[in-house]
Amino acid sequence: MSINKEKDFGTPASTNENMVTLEIDGFQVTAPAGTSVMRAAASIGIEIPKLCATDSIEPFGSCRLCVVQIEGGRGMPASCTTPVAEGLKITTQNKKLADVRRGVMELYISDHPLDCLTCSANGDCELQDMAGAVGLREVRYNPIETHLNAAKDESNPYFSFDPSKCIVCSRCVRACEETQGTFALTIDGRGFDSKVSPSQNQPFMDSECVSCGACVQACPTATLMEKSVIDNGLPEHAIVTTCAYCGVGCSFRAEMKGEQVIRMVPHKDGKANHGHSCVKGRFAFGYATHKDRITKPMIRASIKDAWQEVSWEEAINHAASELKRIQAKYGKDSIGGITSSRCTNEEVYIMQKLIRAGFGNNNVDTCARVCHSPTGYGLKQTFGESSGTQDFDSVMKADVILIIGANPTDGHPVFGSQMKKRLRQGAKLIVVDPREIDLIKAPHVKVSHHLKLRPSTNVALINAIGHVIVTENLIDQAFVNERCDTASFAKWKTFIAQEHNSPEASESITGVPAAELRAAARLYAGAGNGAIYYGLGVTEHSQGSTMVIGIANLAMATGNLGHEGAGVNPLRGQNNVQGSCDMGSFPHEFPGYRHVSDPETHQLFENAWQSELSAEPGLRIPNMFDAALDKSFMGLYCEGEDIAQSDPDIKHVHAALRAMECVIVQDIFLNETAKFAHVFLPGSSFLEKNGTFTNAERRISPVRKVMSPLAGYQDWEVTQMLANAMGYPMNYSHPSEIMDEIAQLTPSFSGVSYEKIDRLGSIQWPCNDEAPEGTPIMHTEHFLRDNGKGLFMLTEFVQTAERVTGKYPLILTTGRILSQYNVGAQTRRTDNVVFYSEDRLEIHPHDAEDRGVNTGDWVGIKSRAGETVLRALVSDRVQPGVVYTTFHFPESGANVITTDNSDWATNCPEYKVTAVQITKVSQPSEWQQQYSAFSEKQLDLLEQGISHD
Amino acid sequence: MKIEPLIKMANDIGNFFNAEPDKEIAAEGIKNHILRAWDPRMRKAIIAYCQEDGSELSDLVKTAVTKLAA
Repeated sequence: MSINKEKDFGTPASTNENMVTLEIDGFQVTAPAGTSVMRAAASIGIEIPKLCATDSIEPFGSCRLCVVQIEGGRGMPASCTTPVAEGLKITTQNKKLADVRRGVMELYISDHPLDCLTCSANGDCELQDMAGAVGLREVRYNPIETHLNAAKDESNPYFSFDPSKCIVCSRCVRACEETQGTFALTIDGRGFDSKVSPSQNQPFMDSECVSCGACVQACPTATLMEKSVIDNGLPEHAIVTTCAYCGVGCSFRAEMKGEQVIRMVPHKDGKANHGHSCVKGRFAFGYATHKDRITKPMIRASIKDAWQEVSWEEAINHAASELKRIQAKYGKDSIGGITSSRCTNEEVYIMQKLIRAGFGNNNVDTCARVCHSPTGYGLKQTFGESSGTQDFDSVMKADVILIIGANPTDGHPVFGSQMKKRLRQGAKLIVVDPREIDLIKAPHVKVSHHLKLRPSTNVALINAIGHVIVTENLIDQAFVNERCDTASFAKWKTFIAQEHNSPEASESITGVPAAELRAAARLYAGAGNGAIYYGLGVTEHSQGSTMVIGIANLAMATGNLGHEGAGVNPLRGQNNVQGSCDMGSFPHEFPGYRHVSDPETHQLFENAWQSELSAEPGLRIPNMFDAALDKSFMGLYCEGEDIAQSDPDIKHVHAALRAMECVIVQDIFLNETAKFAHVFLPGSSFLEKNGTFTNAERRISPVRKVMSPLAGYQDWEVTQMLANAMGYPMNYSHPSEIMDEIAQLTPSFSGVSYEKIDRLGSIQWPCNDEAPEGTPIMHTEHFLRDNGKGLFMLTEFVQTAERVTGKYPLILTTGRILSQYNVGAQTRRTDNVVFYSEDRLEIHPHDAEDRGVNTGDWVGIKSRAGETVLRALVSDRVQPGVVYTTFHFPESGANVITTDNSDWATNCPEYKVTAVQITKVSQPSEWQQQYSAFSEKQLDLLEQGISHD
Repeated sequence: MKIEPLIKMANDIGNFFNAEPDKEIAAEGIKNHILRAWDPRMRKAIIAYCQEDGSELSDLVKTAVTKLAA
């Protein structure tokens, strides 16, 4: 449930285009065929009493409270399960119906605790509401047996399950099935014994429950209730904002009590999430007020010194003077900045503006460097725009879903649920992944092909699929002729048809049986709408950009572009990966992906920003580190990014940070990078600021301030203060003014404004004169390259330099887990640690047995770059020869072992392929011991410097 | 700038463009990629290396870097 309730129509909307007209209580109503009588009535303001119905799930017809009478019809049908029909005459209120409803309610209440005044749902309880609606005045029954003493299940950290208050309406069970697709709940028993049961009558925490909270939201009573509401009481107002976790960009109603967030409730009108959420977005917001938040600016001369709290003015002036000093000593190009996908569009925009116009160079980069920079490159080259082609809802029209190197149920859980819904409806599934992702074993989902390729062989595999499509004539020739550059297609066709690209030839490289690959290729190319979804398993390779190009080639060759159900869909890891890239945070591109050397664009920005701009590309993040060790890059302004934990070959990163003379970190916590910093500028969480995020489907959604910034300023204000102190004036009074400037200077954003975002809820770019309300599906008429044609490019497979040897015989690959987010700075500071408290190394039973390793053993993981120690988890989810870990905990040192190998086009690190050896050990690695001591020292230096008022 | 990472980066770029049968187009592709993506100090370093030694660069990349220097 939620406060300030959004209207509940009782049953989902019908998408039928045929309209029917009927009469309800004497009022005429027209509704799409397939609409329930309950919904049709609600659409004209007639609220039929209900308990088991809610419009997020299909009708069930069990509570019998919504009965109506139909003229000429028999009995009293449930209005939730009765569809509208032409000419029906419905009565929703008369004495007979009222008697039935009162009787139903009397039975419910006879087995319900009458503790309304002290109940956590008091004022927000549908059972209470219905008792009032039907006029229940007495309960005549004196039951022999009740459920009133049923024990509570408090095992979940975020919600309580009190079966004594359960009316067995099955809304939770259906939400778990239909909305989330986990099927963790059931109604166990018959008759009086019927009860909601997680899994096999287990506590929630021991069941398959993923804590998405859909059941809590669906529950009409206090049976499933957020513990934050139990502890604090009901919220009193709500503000719609956008989640700051993954790239799905769910819309939420932050339900508040004053400035305290009581609960986050997914917004029904959210176009990315349609009222659903995951455990992170709904529950893991406590980090925003965690005791580790730093709320006062700090400076120090060296990283060996204690921090010193100072005023904002002193911190900003000190930072600016240090940056200017470094430029005077080492040159204009010796400083730069790193933005983050966790920042808003407006923050990123003014950060890169400060660097380009204020610092006078293009040394700006973003964390997309280490995740989706190959997407930006590959899709720009082939399609003409650095973005995915579809909206999320497009998946509901897909006939075949091809997932490559992505784990949507963990990395993008809300979209994963939508995808599962489509798969349960019958869409075919092909998975390309070295590891068994959760979708493969999802209930009622059948994978047609799991191509378990060897890590680092993506391009050989995509070429083999292309080979089958070309040689078996599965090409959509009409699409190619009309929409693509035919000369490049001819060249690609010749290349891809070569024997060395055949499934048979590539089988020894990829490990994927040729026959299965052929079958998968035929399925993708021939079964209607084929949609490709991919993640970091595509991009984080030495051939990441080549693979993105290979995917684009396939989609163009099969005509799977420009319409619903198809497309190329990069699943972005963080909330604003798309937006941070759009806003010009790559060193070679202005906002809107226009090269810094393009004369027209260069002039446009020089005029607008009133500053002389460099036309030379700046340093990328890994180049910054190399340049730091070369003494030519000595000052860094890093906002919202934790390069000292998240970037590869971490010893190299740490050495580079130590080499710099001034590191300025703007963050909400003293993150790992801040332990190497000289200036700390306290940041604001997404709850404390205004702005926008752009999700993986190019949807620009509002981020709204629901509480005051704990440190006094929103992040964009801090950057603005630094710009002014650097001598480059900025005078924005609200982020909407920044967005107005973005729109003025960026053709794909020219129609975007806060007024329009407020009016429409969200906008998918391009939004301009051609598409004033945005663009759900791209490239419908033409591609965005100069000639409007899609470009095929040649994608020769090149083996990575990171090869297995006798010394390093296993391949380590990395990934994420549902409950933790990226480097864990946020989720580690919430109760999500109950679900996942340490990174573990998954190892196949054969490899484990060879090394005498059992689950729980400490194992050393040694690569060419370094060594770390994790606990082992023996699992056949990975194949022999492959080991896997997550990277959510800094002490794991996962990036001590990853190497500096990177994508040829963008330097995106090859996180997914590291040759390693595993041995059983008894203590942490030398690096872990040293870093632990360093980290403790830094925390001590923090403690010495901060006040505790 | 340390030259070893730059040599590797340049050769990796070369490996992608090497798929192009027309080596003149391939070399132009490599040159343009480096020109549009590399910071000037990196370009300067690879040009200097190519002119002074260049032994670790593939022939195609050497051609491209020579064009870059021109």
